[in-house]
Amino acid sequence: MDMIKLIIDKKPVEVEKGTTILQAAKNIGIHIPTLCYMNLGDLNIENKPGGCRVCVVEVEGRRNLAPACATDCADGMVVHTHTIRVLNARKTVVQLILSDHPFDCLICAKSGNCELQDLAHKLGIREIPFQGEQSTYRKDTSPSIIRDIDKCIMCRRCEVMCNEVQTVGVLSAIHRGFNAVVAPAFEMNLDHSECTYCGQCVNVCPTGALTEVDHTNQLINDLADPNKTVVVQTAPAVRAALGEEFGLKPGTLVTGKMATALRELGFDYVFDTDFAADLTIMEEGTELLDRLTKHLSGDKNVHLPILTSCCPAWVKFFEHHFPEMKEIPSTARSPQQMFGAIAKTYFADKIKVDRKKMVVVSIMPCVAKKYECSRDEFKVDGNPDVDYSVSTREFASLIKRANIDFLGLEDSDFDNPLGESTGAGVIFGTTGGVIEAAVRTAYEVHTGKELPKVDFDELRGMDGIRSATIDFDGLPINIGIAHGLGNARKLLDDIKAGKSHYHAIEIMACPGGCIGGGGQPYIHGDSSILKARQKAIYQEDAGKTIRKSHENPYIQKLYEEFLGKPLSEKSHHLLHTHYFDRKKEILID
Amino acid sequence: MANYKYHLLVCGGTGCKASESDRIVTALNREIEENGLTNDAKVVVTGCFGFCEKGPIVKILPDNTFYTQVTPNDATEIISEHLVKGRKVERLLYVDPETKKHIADSKQMGFYQKQIRIALRNCGFLDPENLDESIARDAYLALGNCLAEKTPQEVIDEIKLSGLRGRGGGGFPTGLKWEITRNSVSEQKYVVCNADEGDPGAFMDRSILEGDPHSVLEAMAICGYAIGADTGVIYIRAEYPLAIKRLKIAIQQAEEYSLLGDDIFSSGFNFKIELRYGAGAFVCGEETALIHSMEGSRGEPTFKPPFPSVEGYLGKPTNVNNVETFANIPVILNKGAKWFASIGTEKSKGTKVFALAGKINNVGLIEVPMGTTLREVIFEIGGGIKDDKKFKAVQTGGPSGGCLTEKHLDTPITYDTLIEAGSMMGSGGMIVMDEDDCMVSVAKFYLDFTVEESCGKCSPCRIGNKRLHEMLETITKGKGTMETLDKLRTLSLVIKDTSLCGLGQTSPNPVLSTMDNFWDEYVQHVEDKKCTAGVCRDLMNYVVIAENCVGCTACARNCPVNCISGGRKEVHVIDQSTCIKCGACMEKCKFNAIEIV
Repeated sequence: MDMIKLIIDKKPVEVEKGTTILQAAKNIGIHIPTLCYMNLGDLNIENKPGGCRVCVVEVEGRRNLAPACATDCADGMVVHTHTIRVLNARKTVVQLILSDHPFDCLICAKSGNCELQDLAHKLGIREIPFQGEQSTYRKDTSPSIIRDIDKCIMCRRCEVMCNEVQTVGVLSAIHRGFNAVVAPAFEMNLDHSECTYCGQCVNVCPTGALTEVDHTNQLINDLADPNKTVVVQTAPAVRAALGEEFGLKPGTLVTGKMATALRELGFDYVFDTDFAADLTIMEEGTELLDRLTKHLSGDKNVHLPILTSCCPAWVKFFEHHFPEMKEIPSTARSPQQMFGAIAKTYFADKIKVDRKKMVVVSIMPCVAKKYECSRDEFKVDGNPDVDYSVSTREFASLIKRANIDFLGLEDSDFDNPLGESTGAGVIFGTTGGVIEAAVRTAYEVHTGKELPKVDFDELRGMDGIRSATIDFDGLPINIGIAHGLGNARKLLDDIKAGKSHYHAIEIMACPGGCIGGGGQPYIHGDSSILKARQKAIYQEDAGKTIRKSHENPYIQKLYEEFLGKPLSEKSHHLLHTHYFDRKKEILID
Repeated sequence: MANYKYHLLVCGGTGCKASESDRIVTALNREIEENGLTNDAKVVVTGCFGFCEKGPIVKILPDNTFYTQVTPNDATEIISEHLVKGRKVERLLYVDPETKKHIADSKQMGFYQKQIRIALRNCGFLDPENLDESIARDAYLALGNCLAEKTPQEVIDEIKLSGLRGRGGGGFPTGLKWEITRNSVSEQKYVVCNADEGDPGAFMDRSILEGDPHSVLEAMAICGYAIGADTGVIYIRAEYPLAIKRLKIAIQQAEEYSLLGDDIFSSGFNFKIELRYGAGAFVCGEETALIHSMEGSRGEPTFKPPFPSVEGYLGKPTNVNNVETFANIPVILNKGAKWFASIGTEKSKGTKVFALAGKINNVGLIEVPMGTTLREVIFEIGGGIKDDKKFKAVQTGGPSGGCLTEKHLDTPITYDTLIEAGSMMGSGGMIVMDEDDCMVSVAKFYLDFTVEESCGKCSPCRIGNKRLHEMLETITKGKGTMETLDKLRTLSLVIKDTSLCGLGQTSPNPVLSTMDNFWDEYVQHVEDKKCTAGVCRDLMNYVVIAENCVGCTACARNCPVNCISGGRKEVHVIDQSTCIKCGACMEKCKFNAIEIV
């Protein structure tokens, strides 16, 4: 390994060749402020356009200041990170950025979570000497994401997520000079574009330029309406991240407090999406075995691999980019939508409430879920199965607004019958979890034997694409896993080219799966938080008495009382869906 | 081949074409035919002669008779007088502004006397659409010699020895650049010609490509041989249709002659050249932005290193040189590095092409040895200031450069002396200003350009330049204070210090150099609210000179905003609060009773 010696702020430091000044300084405890720079190391995602110029430092012998994030260390280099020249330049650069930024911090959705606000505070900026024209653009609201690009500072992080990580290709810089901003091509609205609403752009936006659509006020009104029965479901990944909003260490599970908080907020029934996840396994797992059996018996009309379909961003992605393959994914609806369909039929009948008077709300780590529940195929006579979805972040904000001392809450359980779940349902929250849950059930159903070991370590981890072969009692089943749509694209290209050897593939749009969803508490560049959340999910699973979906007694009861069996006509009607070719759907305003 | 007695060279550059030089060609051919001279005279459409001020130009060989501002109607007289009767058409000859005498031979004109034309050697001498004419003037000779007799390293050594530095503005040693690219290990390398000329008023590269495309093609092939590349790409702005057309013809002809393509001169060396069109973004002249644009991405610069010589087009080592740089290459190899190095100064060898513009008599394209002084360029070649006005400043280096003054006139033009003086060589724009130019407005003009042309990637350039422009606007509107001047300078320095690419690192130069050299003028604008050049409309007041006013009411009747009061035979008064400074009163007054203060 080539090593390089340099001096930063009079301190000698030795680093590997290819290390940036920013990293070298960090190694010796010097934290140079950054703005556009982003490094999600655990996910191999880096953004260093060197555009904001906040991290500039003085390098002896160089005419101009150098961006620490994009300048590699060189042998003998002498760097100064806080000379008067550097401090003045840095302050001026931030003042310039602020001079073209709306001054509405007090009512901005990102207030308190804004990296520009933090930076201005950190640099002690108390005035903006260079006032002038401010850029103004049209505000764009889609079902999931709001673009208020007056607040865009051209950090280009969203572009990296949208283009390089997700390969969706919706966001890119347009216009020049002072008018340059990040937007979809031709400045079309997001809902006319190929945007999947994965929300990764929202997750990394340092300011309030990209935020989720807010449903909290609607929820407060519904909770206050005595004529409405308000039912809530919470996704598995929420319980592994919500605590962060209240200062708990990443990876702290808050399942019990969460259920109590929901009751205190006034929900009539506090249920769990994990229950619907178990239901998903019953349907999707059965579909997998059905297709597998037919395929192995030589039925040419049955294609493999089967792809999971829980993730709405992933669904929209293949509808836009791979519509010719829309027969391959499982037809099973996502847990959110299965829950809604069961809540507004089976459960509504049980408690004798008209579906029009029932409001089903989901708490999701996701912003694409907002879009998913608005899809027409998930409505009955215009009434949606899930009325709307709120993100983990919105949920936390509601708890704070309701003066609930979250940390002081007692634990409580979910309500029944739609609140009981197994460990298999819990692990839906992380990459690899859905397929592991499916394998647990499919194995036992197929072989008729009990699994010797419930944990499938070979399916776990954080690598973008993973694969494993599971022995189904002599029948090797090839499993693929991808998280991040760019990784998904690679597997799909292989399938298209006839090069795929998988029987089943799990795909999640967000890096890390739902734990890294677009609606989760902001990680501010610390990707180790995702690992902590993942650990918590597996911890919750391990602590469950029942860890296989088909053993969930309330699921068994649901089939007995209502659905019959997996893939029954009623299941098809309520729990399965179909996909659309959206290739030609792009509209230019 | 017929042996013609006369060659009539007609300028076919963009400027002269715009003044109908095509119709002059038609008319000359018609007259030649009607006078039965088809075997004696031949009309040749050439590239730019450089003397654009007096275009369209028609030059008659063998005696170099130089006819200026020719119209299609002059064809009859040129043929019947000059060719038939052997008498020069006096009225079309150039008149020396000093001696007021007609000058027939272009070699005697002050405009050409001080010039040494290397890059422009063939512009105005041959038909750029005819490869045979280029070959007659040694095109592809250097390439042939290199392939037959020189190793790639020998070629590079020769270029290094010549001292040639990049003519696009940066002034990086060309031979060294070639060597770095040669030493980058890769199966595939590229030669890129930067023809994205974008400085306001500059047309050096365009003229070379229009007038002598083969010199650039040949040089690119030589570069390809030297660095180990088999593909060249010319990145040219789509606003240069004539240059594109001639390049296409030239590439096709060179391929037909096997001077480009596979196995050139049976040497086993292959080289092909493609064109790539730019959409006219100034920043795409910056080499990393240019490469991104070539790749189909947004034309934005990226941080260097890695330099294109190591990681360029499609990630491969790429040698990017500007048009004028390439145009020097064949001559250096034909005449030798020592010959080239004998021209110019110690650190700036050879010549430099400039596009002379502004308040100067001889607007046009010139090529002078490095070390020529600004005074020689402006007053001897350029013929001095228009309308005998007073010289005020000369702007070099385009939007990245600065304004130099009277005290800099004897500065020799070299890369380093211009930087020392507070400006820079740039790609060769040279705009001359007189007493009627307001230096604050000049700075504002350049900032206007930079604000428009910044790519927007880095914050100091994207927002900072906008703020500089706004401050200059405030000053020209009479709303600036001394504090504005303070901020202007402070911000300029930060933008220079923190911007990502050369565009932002130099964009405040026009502000800083005008502040350094014309500080009093800035102070006048903010303290006295006066613009002595009379450019800043908001700082001008139209007032009635009482002793001259006879009360004719003409001004009051013509004032569009009715701000002039006063009855018949009374002295009129202009209400300054409502006056829109249109100047209608002054224009209508027959008694010189209105003045600007």
